[in-house]
Amino acid sequence: MLKDITLGQYFPGHSVIHRLDPRTKLIMLVVYIVALFLAKTWVSYALMLAFLVWVIQISTIPPKAIVRGMKPLVMILLFTGILNLFFSQDGRVLVHFWIITVTTGGVSRAAMMMARILMLITGSFLLTYTTSPIALTDGLESLMGPLKKLKVPVHELAMMMCIALRFIPTLIEETDKIMSAQKARGADFENGSLMDRAKALIPILVPLFISAFRRADELATAMECRCYQGGEGRTKMKQLHYHRNDFFAFGIGGAVVLAVVVLGQFGL
Amino acid sequence: MSEIISVEHLAYTYPGVEGTSGVTVFEDMNLTVEEGSFVAILGTNGCGKSTLAKHFNSILLPSGGKVYVCGIDTSNEERIMTVRRSVGMVFQNPDNQIVANVVEEDVAFGPENLGVAGPEIRRRVDQALKQVEMYEYREHAPHLLSGGQKQRIAIAGVIAMEPKCIVLDEPTAMLDPRGRREVMETIGRLNREKGITVVLITHHMDEAAKCQRVVVLDKGKVAADGTPQEVFAQVELLHRIGLAAPDSVELCWELNKQGFDLPLDKLDPKDCAQAIFEVISKSE
Repeated sequence: MLKDITLGQYFPGHSVIHRLDPRTKLIMLVVYIVALFLAKTWVSYALMLAFLVWVIQISTIPPKAIVRGMKPLVMILLFTGILNLFFSQDGRVLVHFWIITVTTGGVSRAAMMMARILMLITGSFLLTYTTSPIALTDGLESLMGPLKKLKVPVHELAMMMCIALRFIPTLIEETDKIMSAQKARGADFENGSLMDRAKALIPILVPLFISAFRRADELATAMECRCYQGGEGRTKMKQLHYHRNDFFAFGIGGAVVLAVVVLGQFGL
Repeated sequence: MSEIISVEHLAYTYPGVEGTSGVTVFEDMNLTVEEGSFVAILGTNGCGKSTLAKHFNSILLPSGGKVYVCGIDTSNEERIMTVRRSVGMVFQNPDNQIVANVVEEDVAFGPENLGVAGPEIRRRVDQALKQVEMYEYREHAPHLLSGGQKQRIAIAGVIAMEPKCIVLDEPTAMLDPRGRREVMETIGRLNREKGITVVLITHHMDEAAKCQRVVVLDKGKVAADGTPQEVFAQVELLHRIGLAAPDSVELCWELNKQGFDLPLDKLDPKDCAQAIFEVISKSE
């Protein structure tokens, strides 16, 4: 049951998008989000959508996968949409009922907000779908490098992320084992009130925590044995390098933002 | 041959927790390991095997006496990294010593810590993975591999640091027979072909029987030390400590109690059968 949880959601592949430097993809995501928030009109939205569709196309990620990822977010999307429906009272009145007034302005605003959220999420999906967790961690570490001067423990944070990702499947397996052991001794996780079921989780969490601490202790010893002494003086097997495609990507990203800004100037 | 590890009058007491007195493991322990040798360390639980192993690369520091690795005092803080680079450690649970979520990234962890240049790390990682015969799994996720494969990755992670000596603390305890065989073959090959000194801490008598030298620990002291034939012939001593000789030796020993006169140095079942055959045909 717990095995179904997919993590990192990475789709291995060799498309142009996959091969981009993780730093490029991270920066591009930020640029893309900024552009989305700058876009105020349907024309600029259409431009962003065209850009997004083009990127999905060349990333070879099946659109189905993106739609599937969207499912848990339907509620948030609907909520935002309905809320925004009443935010604007401009334009022609479409429905008037008791204190509820829906206008054309409201409808267009709601549609725009929903489109913005959808495109925002799709964009970030594209990053996690095309970048392996380890590349993502490396990219983040490299991008946050300058923060080291401000005494932010960048390397340690990246190492923690890496180890967390490494141990998630191990701990899930362990949880499964503990649950089976408790079930074998008559524990009931499926029936009873919410309170009962929450209480039934305690005998799982206690051994899980104890074992996680023991693992952490052993891992620390093993890391020390392998000469780990923090980020200082550490080298990397796979150094990150910007290639020609990365500069193209920056160029295209810049052009899209510029286009959105210019369109905004013309009120489109 | 020169000594790679030498333990001189080692004393060690685990510090007690708040007021309770600590547990003394060693009082006066002496042991040397020659370079290029393949040594097994045997003993019951709690006899100090793992504690001893942790002294070999400065994870624990002696409370008294000295431990030298390649002539370097392990308690010398400044040389700790040299010591750890010379002596690699492999532990019992492969899951708890793999750091990264891609095989090759994990093998690269040690050399990366040593500050080796990128292309050189790549070369070492490929070489180490080929030596443990896991090269084709280099892009796999470790949690999807079998226990024996994971343990071989852990060994690759250690040899990528190019140590002179590998200390394995019960590396096969959590593995199935196949995984055990894979790991034993791998470390045997590393010892023969690369001349890496191997110190194998184990519970399995048949594994110890394959080593050049067997050291039996009991209550923090060396109880027996010699070739497997010499050590396992001392069946009474092993029983007193709570260990057993390999099955073939045990069989000969039991038969001797019934009045036979069998040699106690036949570690291989075939040799043992031959010896029994000879004794029986002589008596007829």
